[in-house]
Amino acid sequence: MTIERADIEKLAELARIRITEENIAATTRSLGNVLQLVDQLQAADTTGIAPMAHPLDAVQRLRPDVVSESDQREAFQAIAPATENGLYLVPKVIE
Amino acid sequence: MSWETVIGLEVHVQLATKTKIFSGSSTAFGAAPNTQASAVDLAMPGTLPVANEQAFRYAIMFGLAIDAEIGKTSVFERKNYFYPDLPKGYQTTQLAKPIVGPGHVDIQLKDGSHKRVRIHHAHLEEDAGKSLHEDFHGMSGIDLNRAGTPLIEIVSEPDMRNAEEAVAFAKKLHSIVTSLGICDGNMSQGSMRFDVNISVRKKGDEKLGTRTETKNLNSFKFMEEAIALEVERQIDVIEDGGKILQETRLYNADTKTARSMRSKEEANDYRYFPCPDLLPVVIDDATIEQLRSTLPELPDARHKRFVEQYGLSDYDAGVLGDDATMAHYFEAATKVCGDAKLAANWIMGELSARLNGEDKTIGDSPVSAVQLGQMILRIKDNTISNKMAKEVLQGVWTGEGDPDTVIEKRGLKQVSDSGAIEALVADVLAANSAQVDNYRSADDSKRPKMIGFFVGQIMKASKGQANPQQVNEILLKKLNELI
Repeated sequence: MTIERADIEKLAELARIRITEENIAATTRSLGNVLQLVDQLQAADTTGIAPMAHPLDAVQRLRPDVVSESDQREAFQAIAPATENGLYLVPKVIE
Repeated sequence: MSWETVIGLEVHVQLATKTKIFSGSSTAFGAAPNTQASAVDLAMPGTLPVANEQAFRYAIMFGLAIDAEIGKTSVFERKNYFYPDLPKGYQTTQLAKPIVGPGHVDIQLKDGSHKRVRIHHAHLEEDAGKSLHEDFHGMSGIDLNRAGTPLIEIVSEPDMRNAEEAVAFAKKLHSIVTSLGICDGNMSQGSMRFDVNISVRKKGDEKLGTRTETKNLNSFKFMEEAIALEVERQIDVIEDGGKILQETRLYNADTKTARSMRSKEEANDYRYFPCPDLLPVVIDDATIEQLRSTLPELPDARHKRFVEQYGLSDYDAGVLGDDATMAHYFEAATKVCGDAKLAANWIMGELSARLNGEDKTIGDSPVSAVQLGQMILRIKDNTISNKMAKEVLQGVWTGEGDPDTVIEKRGLKQVSDSGAIEALVADVLAANSAQVDNYRSADDSKRPKMIGFFVGQIMKASKGQANPQQVNEILLKKLNELI
């Protein structure tokens, strides 16, 4: 699988990462190398093997439905850039 | 040109757990902003999610109720997108291995016919926070109390063909999740939210048309309106030679209009992948069987039982049995008064009219089921007439006390003493000799209508307190003696 400049631009947009013009070529190359590695892996015959959801061979332990957290709003909001009336303020978002 | 509408629903149901799906924060509604948002909910670095057992149990109960296969190995994935009410930058949800597999829900339509709607799957996921777009000096306010509240998203197949079917399906789901007790069903607080996928095609076409998705409808009425509007828009566009764009739309219930929110072309590539923070959840057969054996009565079974046990009509059993709270109310009132039919009539008639009038549901009725039962007992033992009962209901509604107290306070006891009623009848007949003469000379077919006049006069003379049934009997007897 090859990766094109347009793929890199789209990925950067989706990940909200700014890649400067001069770095696009280098990024395309490095990601391309990673994908070549993936191509090699895909050459392995995986017929009859269920896809793995997690590298650990273990299952999730579940938690009882009991409230264990207390209100720590003051502590959290002390490090927030802007708050008002208990709300976190962020640049205006309207979709 | 004849068009066919195709509708599929995605329904978000907030589960009635005490805590969030991945943290021990409370999910109680109405707390001050961000007081129920812990480090996990805020996606602080170094925190890890731990899944809530009860959320799984509730999801499995839903699966069992719709006859679905339960996903014995259930995997969480990350759905990546950026929005300030989603602090992690991804929503933890399920895709390839959801907890609930294919199932079905049966609905009944107004003409009495039945239809089966297939469920594609239902998965567990977390809710996002809330963005408030009022003016905070050009900024948006974020409340993360809701972030991490457990949801099941129920995805139907595109099996519905009009708004009536879609609404019937939505109501049935509401009825199922509230009967199971896995959701409080409070639509105005957002406990159930509906996304409606709509497309149209020429009648007879096999291929589905391009669909749009109208998001976040939180009432059955708005859903009906939004569907009607969107179907009309799509048909207009196509008949004018245009094409339907696949897009997300938002319905505004105040203006009864909808607008495009974003088109799918520029949209979201969510880049799902298995969440490395959460291991697969394995559900064993014993857990499933234990939940199956303790499932509460479901709407269809209750509907059938109401017909058999109480002799209700199919329609009445539907109205009273589909909603869990309504069903409990009806059964509690019937237990007190011992008369299912009277209880059904009062609940579906006078009480429902009052509730609708004040935009209340049966759950917040000022008249309790026991009070309604007590009032019906007083109708049955002839203490009050039906007409007086309406006054009693009014009194209980406004907080004057229990039915007996209201009857006492308002002096509403009806006169059932036959001697007293006979005297009233005699007085009225004597005072209206002209009408009595008319009655005598009238032929049989006209007489029943003329009796109404006398009954009216007698009731008036008794200030509405005479037992109407006795008045009728005694009046007829007296009039017959005169003929």
